[in-house]
Amino acid sequence: MNTNMPLYELRDLSKSYWRGGESIHIFDNLNMSIENGDFIAIMGPSGSGKTTLLNQLGGIDKPSTGEVLFEGQRIDNLSQGQLAKWRAANIGFIFQFYNLMPTLTAAQNVELPLLLSPVKKSERRERIATALDIVGIGDRAHHRPRQLSGGQQQRVAIARAIVADPKVLLCDEPTGDLDRTSADEILKMLQVLNQEMGKTIIMVTHDPEAAKYAKTELFLDKGEFIRRERK
Amino acid sequence: MNNFSLVLSNLGRKKLRTALLIISILIAFLIFGVLGAFFKAWNAGTEMAAADRLISVNKINFTVSMPIAYINKVRSTEGVKIATHASWFGGYYQQPRNFVQTFAVDAPSYLEAFPELIFADGQREAFLSTRNCLAVGADIAKQYQWKVGDNIPLKSNIWRKVGGSDAWEFSVCAIFDGNEENIGANYAFFHYDYFNESKSFAKDMIGWMVITSDNPANNDLIAKRIDEMFANSFAETETSSEAAFNKAFLAQVGNISLILTLIIGASFMTILVIVGTTMVMAITERTKEIAVMKTLGFQTGRIFSLVLAESIIISLFGGLLGLGLAYLAVSAIGPMMATAMPGMSMSLQIVLIAIGLMIAFGFVTGFLPALKAMNVKIVDALGKS
Repeated sequence: MNTNMPLYELRDLSKSYWRGGESIHIFDNLNMSIENGDFIAIMGPSGSGKTTLLNQLGGIDKPSTGEVLFEGQRIDNLSQGQLAKWRAANIGFIFQFYNLMPTLTAAQNVELPLLLSPVKKSERRERIATALDIVGIGDRAHHRPRQLSGGQQQRVAIARAIVADPKVLLCDEPTGDLDRTSADEILKMLQVLNQEMGKTIIMVTHDPEAAKYAKTELFLDKGEFIRRERK
Repeated sequence: MNNFSLVLSNLGRKKLRTALLIISILIAFLIFGVLGAFFKAWNAGTEMAAADRLISVNKINFTVSMPIAYINKVRSTEGVKIATHASWFGGYYQQPRNFVQTFAVDAPSYLEAFPELIFADGQREAFLSTRNCLAVGADIAKQYQWKVGDNIPLKSNIWRKVGGSDAWEFSVCAIFDGNEENIGANYAFFHYDYFNESKSFAKDMIGWMVITSDNPANNDLIAKRIDEMFANSFAETETSSEAAFNKAFLAQVGNISLILTLIIGASFMTILVIVGTTMVMAITERTKEIAVMKTLGFQTGRIFSLVLAESIIISLFGGLLGLGLAYLAVSAIGPMMATAMPGMSMSLQIVLIAIGLMIAFGFVTGFLPALKAMNVKIVDALGKS
């Protein structure tokens, strides 16, 4: 990879939906680039297109027009199968409501992404233990989600997101369901992952306090970036 | 963890629902197993019929007799290897409810025509040389606890002896069995000579003829020759293969095959709808989890396989349990039914068909839910918080 090349590049990105016979524009001709190792907080009011933008970056939704480039390669024109493979290799997702599998233990939830790669069983065990230790929940490995608090569940979700060692973590309101203390712990953890492990983090949030942990704050309103603050 | 443990973890999600699904499928395959064993026993006569054996009966009806003189004419017909005859005696032991299916036969040729009947050492010869010997099938002997040397009186609703008695004295001198499980040993037979001399009417008349052809390929030709030989006589014949005769005989009772097929079909269809609907509901509940798996990078094909595997595992588990229960039921009922319906057992064929059906059942009930799971749209599903 060219070191000068941005990790992500969005070119003239537009997204609109048809709803009730009417075209709803989420954003038009959006252009931006994201550097490797950045920690970006995307903020903005409800309906501003934050999550839609995150979905484009994660390859789980496609733009109406425009291009999404990852390490210089277009991902918006990949097939669903190719995108699934790409996500497994490059992206870790962290959701507001954790989205853990209720029938699996914490360790098994963390193991899920490893089922998609040819990692040996012994190495798999090691990676799961490491991921759970990093998020400080190694002692809860055999607990099921319903036996864990919200903060603990989000830690498991983070461990699941990092276990396959992706380049990017996409976080959709990761602290939206947590109390302040738990939220701060999670955000500190993300900061550590960014600063010490070099993960590029793109986080959608409503919370200005959460955004303070990021290196860059982007303000999106009515489908346009109205401000970019670099700390 | 692997795909299999993922599937198992999903099956354990709602244990009561999974248990009810398994019980539904268990019942379907319990019915299948028991009725399958019954069906097999019912059709055993047709299936076990020898390819080279023909049956010739009176054209009016198989209950109407024909002259014994026919047998010699048939024996001299081209293509006939063996010709024997038998007559219906009926018979019951002590009380009419103790029915014993009994025939009067031309002993030497009958044993020659039915080589599948096996005797203990010396008993075959004892039967041939003892005028009032009753050769008893092993199932009958077991039911009435008869043994060689017993003197048995049998009564007939049809035949009376000269002098008016309806009691016929027999000596059990041979007990026979089939050389295969499906060959019935649920009847008895004795010498025609003893029968003909003792009966008070219809002297020198026989019930039907059994003909062994020199080549199964010549069966139709031989049947035609026999029937033409007795055409325009007072007792015209109708000759057909043993399998066709047995089938026609069973058809008089009714189309049991169709009834059984309808019963099994109805139970399967009902359970198919229940299981299919429940599976669709179960997958709908998990839409968000499936979307998360797809987000993590699980391919649609793998999602499809995982859901389909759930359904096939449920079907196999419930089906094998049902088949196991059917095996126990058939093992218990089979010996009790041996005299009325020999060969009622769970054959390998039934087991293999059932396993095939279980997989097909799992596939059919799982296909739509799997398709639904495969087509889950991540953005839509994750939007439903």
